[in-house]
Amino acid sequence: MPENPTSQPVPFRGGGFNPRPRALIGLAVMVVLIAVWETGCRTGIIHPLVLPAPSEAATAFMELVDSGLLWTHLGASLSRLVIGWTAGTILGITVGFAIGLFSLARAGMVPLVAAIFPIPKIALLPLFIIWFGIGEGSKVATILFGTFFPTVVATYGGVDNVDRGLIRMGQSFGLSWVSIVRKIILPGALPAILPGFRISAAIAIVLLVAAEMIGAEFGVGAYILMAGSLMAMDQLIAGVAILSTIGLTVSWIIGRAEKALLRWRV
Amino acid sequence: MQLILNGINHRYGSMPVLSDIDLEIPAGEIVCIVGPSGCGKSTLLRLIGGLERPDEGAVLEHGAPPADSLNPLTYIFQDFALLPWRSVAGNISLALEDHGLGKAKTDAIIDDVLARTKLSDFKTALPRQLSGGMKQRVAIARALAVRPAVLLMDEPLSALDSQTRELLMDDLVGLWSKTPFTAVYVTHNLNEAVRLGHKIVVLSRRPGRIREVVSIDMPLAERADRVGELASKQEQLWSLIRDEAAAADMELIDA
Ligand SMILES: Nc1ncnc2c1ncn2[C@@H]1O[C@H](COP(=O)(O)OP(=O)(O)OP(=O)(O)O)[C@@H](O)[C@H]1O
Ligand SMILES: [Mg+2]
Repeated sequence: MPENPTSQPVPFRGGGFNPRPRALIGLAVMVVLIAVWETGCRTGIIHPLVLPAPSEAATAFMELVDSGLLWTHLGASLSRLVIGWTAGTILGITVGFAIGLFSLARAGMVPLVAAIFPIPKIALLPLFIIWFGIGEGSKVATILFGTFFPTVVATYGGVDNVDRGLIRMGQSFGLSWVSIVRKIILPGALPAILPGFRISAAIAIVLLVAAEMIGAEFGVGAYILMAGSLMAMDQLIAGVAILSTIGLTVSWIIGRAEKALLRWRV
Repeated sequence: MQLILNGINHRYGSMPVLSDIDLEIPAGEIVCIVGPSGCGKSTLLRLIGGLERPDEGAVLEHGAPPADSLNPLTYIFQDFALLPWRSVAGNISLALEDHGLGKAKTDAIIDDVLARTKLSDFKTALPRQLSGGMKQRVAIARALAVRPAVLLMDEPLSALDSQTRELLMDDLVGLWSKTPFTAVYVTHNLNEAVRLGHKIVVLSRRPGRIREVVSIDMPLAERADRVGELASKQEQLWSLIRDEAAAADMELIDA
């Protein structure tokens, strides 16, 4: 090998493209943001009519807690959310599997899903009110509808992507149709179905608030609407914070579910 | 149980893939199938195991499979086909669950096949934790668990490095020597064919037809130590398929 007077290490070009969880960063970003906001309000840079300070929103929130209405609002919202999302998800997974497994269901349902998925479900709310009444029915139906379509799409995409080799393996061992669906296709589609939950849960929360803004006595959406019409910005921010907390909690639960159910992935 | 292939013809669309295949797979023997790429070996294996129906002809089972056989025709796949979400034991139990054997019996079978494939220490491991060779041993254990009458293997060792392949060939020979099984073994590798085959079927390029059947009488257990004597057989096989392989290699896939 020829003598090289200026030998140097090979330049490193690998690494990156591999985001890792960093637990505290997310919290730090929020704390810093709220601190900046609070200082902005205290120093008068942000006018209190434009945006109330986080501390004022916190006070409004405490008032809500003390009045005992927090649990009434939260209970009303959560029960609509849970019922609507669960029903929409169960129906969505069922129809998604049907589309993934049967030619007839695929031919019949896929165009229908493509036609109805893009319609903002809020636009249908007046229709739902006529169909299901101004009470709980129309609200749950809106959430159910909003949850249903993304779940269908995620599910049949997941079923389509299950390794055909594994299905053929199941057949070659003489597994029954039910066993193949339950033990091979369902777990194989799960990596696509679970992330779909994140999307459908977010959509469900958006629709929940929208539905509660029309003719609801209790619920986080009703609380926000009332605050808005009274120009009580501190209460409005408190209500929005409650929604964010619901969103964070849901996302955390789904994250835990993914960890538990998809442990087998690398 | 013995398998008889009777006048098999098969085509995909207008393309004939297999033509006039007549073959006997005698009980207790390993029949190797070699041939150039794309000549229809995998297709033939799918026909033999009933995963596809031949256009013409039939695959006949001669004599009943042993009474205790849970899945008479059992595959071992090139890509292992293990469920990534099930442990080693879980993957084996998958093949047993539909038979309603009860937990005690299922566990006994799993322990037995894991011991035979030297996998007892890996019972609870997930497939992603295993090397390629170990994954294929799990697949072999799963196949043995259903007590097959005929094992159908499609290039089972092709995804493995040559050292692992050598070890697994020894394992297969060991398993066969203890309890002779019937097998159809598709391979690209002529060395595997002469090490494992009692009969070696040479297919022509597509449409695959049987060009020649080469028999090797040397006992399987002795072959590892007598590779010199096998070299001439391997040479004979290579001369049979060399020109075909070269021509097949130049073909367009869907021409
Ligand atoms: N399901 C299918 N539909 C249409 N064509 C197919 C199908 N399966 C295989 N073929 C075609 O049939 C021919 C034979 O395929 P096959 O997989 O049986 O060959 P092979 O001998 O196993 O090849 P290799 O050595 O590459 O594994 C190929 O040309 C392949 O493209
Ligand atoms: Mg093949």
